[in-house]
Amino acid sequence: MSSYATDVLEPRPAATNGKAVPGIHPLLDVPVIAPGHTFESITEKISNVVLRPGTPRWWFGTLLIASAFAMGLLFALTVLVFKGIGIWGNNQPVGWAWDITNFVWWIGIGHAGTLISAILLLLKQEWRTSISRFSETMTIFAVMCAGIFPVFHTGRPWLAYWLFPLPNTMGVWPQFKSPLVWDVFAVSTYFTLSVVFWYIGLVPDLATMRDRAKSTFVKRFYGLLSMGWRGSTRHWSRYETACLLLAGLCTPLVVSVHSVVSMDFAIGIIPGWHTTIFPPYFVAGAVYSGFAMVLTLAIPARKLFGLEDFITMKHIDNMGKVMLATGLIVGYAYTFEPFFGLVYSGNRYEKFLILNRMFGPYAPFYWTLVLCNVVTPQFLWWRKIRSNIPLLFVLAIVVNIGMWLERFVIIAISLHRDFLPSSWGYFKPTIYDVMTFVGTLGLFLTLMLLFMRAMPIIPMFELKTSLPQAIPAGHPEVGTFEEEVAS
Amino acid sequence: MKQVKSYPVYGVMAEYDSTTEIIAATRKAFDAGYRVMDAFTPFPIEAVSEMIGFQRHHNKVPFATLIGGLLGGIGGFSLACLASAVWYPLNIAGRPFITWPMYIPVTFESTILIAGLSCGIGMLAMNGLPQPYHPVFNVPSFSLATNNRFFLCIEARDPNYDESAVTDFLRTTGAREVVRVDG
Repeated sequence: MSSYATDVLEPRPAATNGKAVPGIHPLLDVPVIAPGHTFESITEKISNVVLRPGTPRWWFGTLLIASAFAMGLLFALTVLVFKGIGIWGNNQPVGWAWDITNFVWWIGIGHAGTLISAILLLLKQEWRTSISRFSETMTIFAVMCAGIFPVFHTGRPWLAYWLFPLPNTMGVWPQFKSPLVWDVFAVSTYFTLSVVFWYIGLVPDLATMRDRAKSTFVKRFYGLLSMGWRGSTRHWSRYETACLLLAGLCTPLVVSVHSVVSMDFAIGIIPGWHTTIFPPYFVAGAVYSGFAMVLTLAIPARKLFGLEDFITMKHIDNMGKVMLATGLIVGYAYTFEPFFGLVYSGNRYEKFLILNRMFGPYAPFYWTLVLCNVVTPQFLWWRKIRSNIPLLFVLAIVVNIGMWLERFVIIAISLHRDFLPSSWGYFKPTIYDVMTFVGTLGLFLTLMLLFMRAMPIIPMFELKTSLPQAIPAGHPEVGTFEEEVAS
Repeated sequence: MKQVKSYPVYGVMAEYDSTTEIIAATRKAFDAGYRVMDAFTPFPIEAVSEMIGFQRHHNKVPFATLIGGLLGGIGGFSLACLASAVWYPLNIAGRPFITWPMYIPVTFESTILIAGLSCGIGMLAMNGLPQPYHPVFNVPSFSLATNNRFFLCIEARDPNYDESAVTDFLRTTGAREVVRVDG
C-alpha cells in the first residue's frame, strides 16, 4: 500500500512547467511541453491532426510527388526481376555496391527510432515522449526500405524464403555460419519487435481515437485496432511492465542488429572490411544518421501540423546534442581507421587501401564524407546553431548524405582495388541504381505521409503523464523546479 | 479471451476530474471494505493500482517473457546445430560441424524475438484483449476515460456490494457523477 498523503488536494506547483527561474541556465527554461496544456487539449490537438475533416493541400502535393518516386521503384524492380541484376552497375570486383550501401544506410536510419523509444525510456528521459511514436514509425518504414535491397540483390527475390530455416523437399538448410544468415535473423527480428513495440504503444491512443471519432466507419476502424482497450488499472499495470520489458529487449537488439550488419564486412578478408572497430563504429553511425533523419522529418512535420507545443525547441536542441555526440564518435573512428591502416597494422594492403581512399579515383567521395560527417557536427557545439531551425534542417540533410557516403566508401572503395592489380575495377551506378534508391526515398515518404494522416503521431497518453496535473498532490515525486535542477 | 461473468448489473461507476481525486476515492473505497473494483484512467497512475492492490511490476508478464526468451534461445541454438550437423552437414576442410561461437548471433536474435513476442502477446492475453464488448462501455460518458476523465467502478461481484449503499458511498467521494453500469 502506498503511503502518499492522498487527502491533500492541492494541485502540483506549476513551477516546473517551463517558467523562468532566476539563476537557472536559460536553456533549462525551455519546456518539454509548452505551458498551459491540459489533458483535453493534448487529446484534441493530436487527434485532430487525423480526425479533423479536410486534408491539407500540401499533404496531397507531397504524396503525389513521393508516390511518383515510389512508382519509379516499382518500375526499376520490375525491370530487375525480368532482366536480372545486370541492370545495376554491380560488377566484378565491385559485387556489392549501391544496393548494400542503401541497405546499411536505411537500417541505420531506423536505429534512432528504437534508441529514442527504448533506451531513452529506460533512462527515464521525459523529452523522448513527443518524438517517440514518430521515430518508431520511421524505424519500421526504414527497415522495410532496407529489406528491399538484399532481397532484390539475390536476383531471384521469389526464392528469398530459402534464407529462412524452413523444412523443404530439397533438405537444404541455411548456412548458420554465414553472416548473411545472421543478417536475416537480425533484421527480421528487428522488424518484428519494432512492429510489436510500436503497436503496443499505439493501443491506448487508438482507443482515444475510437472514442473521439464521429463517423461509424472510423469508429469501427480504430475500435478494431484498439482491441477494446478501456484504460483499466489492471491493464495499465501489465502494460507498463510490458513496455519496460520490450524496451529492455530492444536495447541490446538495436546494438546487435547493426553489429551483425557490420560483421558482414568484418568477417570478410578484404582490406578495409576486416576491422574489429566496425561494430561500435557502425552503431554510432547508425544513431547519428537516425537522429539526422528524425530531425529532417520532425522539423517540417511540427510546423505543418502545428505541433510546436509538443515538439519544442528542447527536443530539437536535445537531438542536436545527440547528433553532436554520435558525430564525434564517428569522427573518432575516421581518425583511427587511417591510423590502424597506415601505422598500426603494418599490412601493406591496408596501407594501400587508406591511401587509395584518400587519393584514389574515389577520393572526392572520401573528402566529401569527411566534410559532411566530421566538420558538420562541429557546428552543433553552438547553442545558437542548435536553435536555428532552418540551419539545423540543412545540417541534418548534410549528415544524411555524409552517412550514405560513409557506407559507399566502405563498400565500393574497399572492393574496387583489392590485393591484385589485375582484379581492379571501377563502379559506376546505372539509371536503375539511381531509380531504386530514389524510389525507396519516395516509398518511405509515402508511407510516412499515410501514417501521419491515419494515426496519432505523438503518444497522447504518455504525453499526459508529463503534465504537472498528472502527478497527484502529496506524491513524493513532486518537488520544486529548483530542487530538481539542484539534484 | 476472458469472459466477463454476466450479472444483470455490472456495478456502479463514479466519474472524477483529476488524478488526486481518483486516488483519494480509490483509497476511501478500499478503506470502506470494497475489494472488487477497477479504475479507468487515460494514462497509468501508479498510486491507483497500488490502492486496488496491484503492486508495480508484480504480474506475470516478466515470467512469460523469461520463458519465451529461454525457449527462443534454446530453439535458435538447437536449430543452428541441427541444421549444420544433422540435417545438412557440409564438410568444409574438415572443420567441425558445430562451431558454437558462429551460432551466437542467431541464438541471441531468436532469444530476443521469442521473448519480445511472448511479452507483447502475453500482456494482451493476460489483459483479456482483444475484448470488443465490455459492460463499462455502456456508460455514456465513458468515452472520456481515454481523454481526460477518471472512473472508478465498484463491481457487483464484490461481497459487500449493495447498489444503493455503493451509490451513496461514491457520492460522498466528490464524484462528478455516479451511474449504474448495466451488465
